[in-house]
Amino acid sequence: MGCWIMATVTFREAAKKKILLTAASAGLAFLAIFAIGLHYQIEDFGLHSTPPFIRYQILSAMLMVGLYTVDLLSVVMTILTSVDTLAGEIASGTIHAIATKPLARWQILIGKWIGFAGMVAAYVTIMFGGTIAVGYWLGGVLPLNPIRGALLVLLECLLALTVTFMFGTWFSTLTNGVIVLSLHGLAFMGGWLEQMSGFTESARLVTLGIVSSLIMPSEAIWRRAAFEMETPLAGSLQFSPFADVSIPSWTMIAYGGIYLLVALTIAIGHFHQRDL
Amino acid sequence: MDRSHNFAIQTQGLRKVYGTKVAVRSLSLTVPRGSIFGFLGPNGAGKTTSIKMLLGLVKPTGGQAYVLGAPSGDVRVRRMIGFLPEDFQFYKWLTAAELLELHGRLSGVPKSVLRDRVPKFLDLVALTPHRDKRLRDFSKGMLQRIGLAQALIHEPELIFLDEPTSGLDPMGRRLVRDIIRNQRARGATIFLNSHLLSEVEITCDNVAFLKDGEVIASRDLKALPEDEIRVMVRAAGLTPEMVSGLARWGAHASLEGEQLTFTARSTDVLPDALRHLIAAGADVYEFRPERISLEDLFVRIMGEDRGL
Repeated sequence: MGCWIMATVTFREAAKKKILLTAASAGLAFLAIFAIGLHYQIEDFGLHSTPPFIRYQILSAMLMVGLYTVDLLSVVMTILTSVDTLAGEIASGTIHAIATKPLARWQILIGKWIGFAGMVAAYVTIMFGGTIAVGYWLGGVLPLNPIRGALLVLLECLLALTVTFMFGTWFSTLTNGVIVLSLHGLAFMGGWLEQMSGFTESARLVTLGIVSSLIMPSEAIWRRAAFEMETPLAGSLQFSPFADVSIPSWTMIAYGGIYLLVALTIAIGHFHQRDL
Repeated sequence: MDRSHNFAIQTQGLRKVYGTKVAVRSLSLTVPRGSIFGFLGPNGAGKTTSIKMLLGLVKPTGGQAYVLGAPSGDVRVRRMIGFLPEDFQFYKWLTAAELLELHGRLSGVPKSVLRDRVPKFLDLVALTPHRDKRLRDFSKGMLQRIGLAQALIHEPELIFLDEPTSGLDPMGRRLVRDIIRNQRARGATIFLNSHLLSEVEITCDNVAFLKDGEVIASRDLKALPEDEIRVMVRAAGLTPEMVSGLARWGAHASLEGEQLTFTARSTDVLPDALRHLIAAGADVYEFRPERISLEDLFVRIMGEDRGL
């Protein structure tokens, strides 16, 4: 019961944050630009008599770019909205009025986590659904496995959320934000280096990418999501940033899931024993 | 340490160390059930850390603490504990009524009970006209009052109040004082940490003085007139010998011209002290016993150089 009350109030708290409003505005602006871009591209097809097969591939690639943008927005929004939920409340003393209620500390942390997870799930669903709807409505294109892709992006966001919670039990809001965004940047760089190895056939780049993914598997989860959603032809195009040259295995996704659970366990353990 | 059900709080050698800094050296105190207990000390004495240990917010480095008969921090006992933190902060988008409902639910009060109780407690802290106002629009004093209401909404047996009158105007202070007394009349125990010694003096039954993380003195304020009497004497012909002779009946005697002050052990010794001065040849114009103020007592116990 205590968990559920905390989840409800945290969901409302997260929804009230200006950063969510900003992220929602950015999301709407993105959807509008995406729709306009798609519309112009379809008009230009008529000018150049582009064959239907090529049209479809280009529109599919544009849809993937759109979904990648949604992924980035979702991860950044997840980190920025949750970065001060523990660290900030500990610093301001807000947590004192909660932690002296008949609730175990794990209930407080899990309740907050569920509240944010609900908010993130709603954001991913709306943004993913909106992007796919625009792609289908204007261009008639759909990703191959949209639900699987959306669930993987949600997993990536939950991973970022959990890591933010974990460091939030140790560090101040600012330090926590720097650490988590740096980790995500590391994963991002590692993922692209691994992707580059498809062109250069460098085994060392592959190793570097894998090591980065082991440190923070968020980007690896996105690349698996991209592989699940893109058409086989688009994936096989070596010049595409979403080319399936180095596809993270399901073992890596399972590693991401275990990483999340371990981070959550560490967060609960440290929050339980720390002084408030 | 034997746990007694007569005490709301019992601690023995409670200690907290942060790295090399000793925040609380050795806290040993007992707080009787149904009393208003004042916890006094200068800044940095370890009051807030002690309260946090009793509430389970901070883990002690050593010693023992029992709150309502259970080890401090026991989650089940917290249903019977209310806490108003110093400088109460909460989510600013909540309205006053929503805040009370949330804290009531977190404390295990059923929704059906809260329907009646929330308006009652808003009325108690004189915030009924502001029930739908968001906390972001509250003044410091209003935040303090709604904070007090959230500490009481589940009708706890033990209430910790950390600077409850901070930021309140005289009317607000009187309101808080009345609420504290009503809570005691209901049977609750109040653990009060306040810098306003005049408030403590008229509210508390017992006080403990904390210095450098240890209780160095405690007093039963209701019994104070019997054991701490300051006497002001105006007389001619006073000599240092007469003044030192007063040591048999009291202490802290000082002489400035015709003004003599000393602290008598009790009211019983006053006639003997007066007879001593007259017999020694002093012409006594005025002999006025006064109850020593808590502030004077505080300064004497802590030492003149320690500010609040």
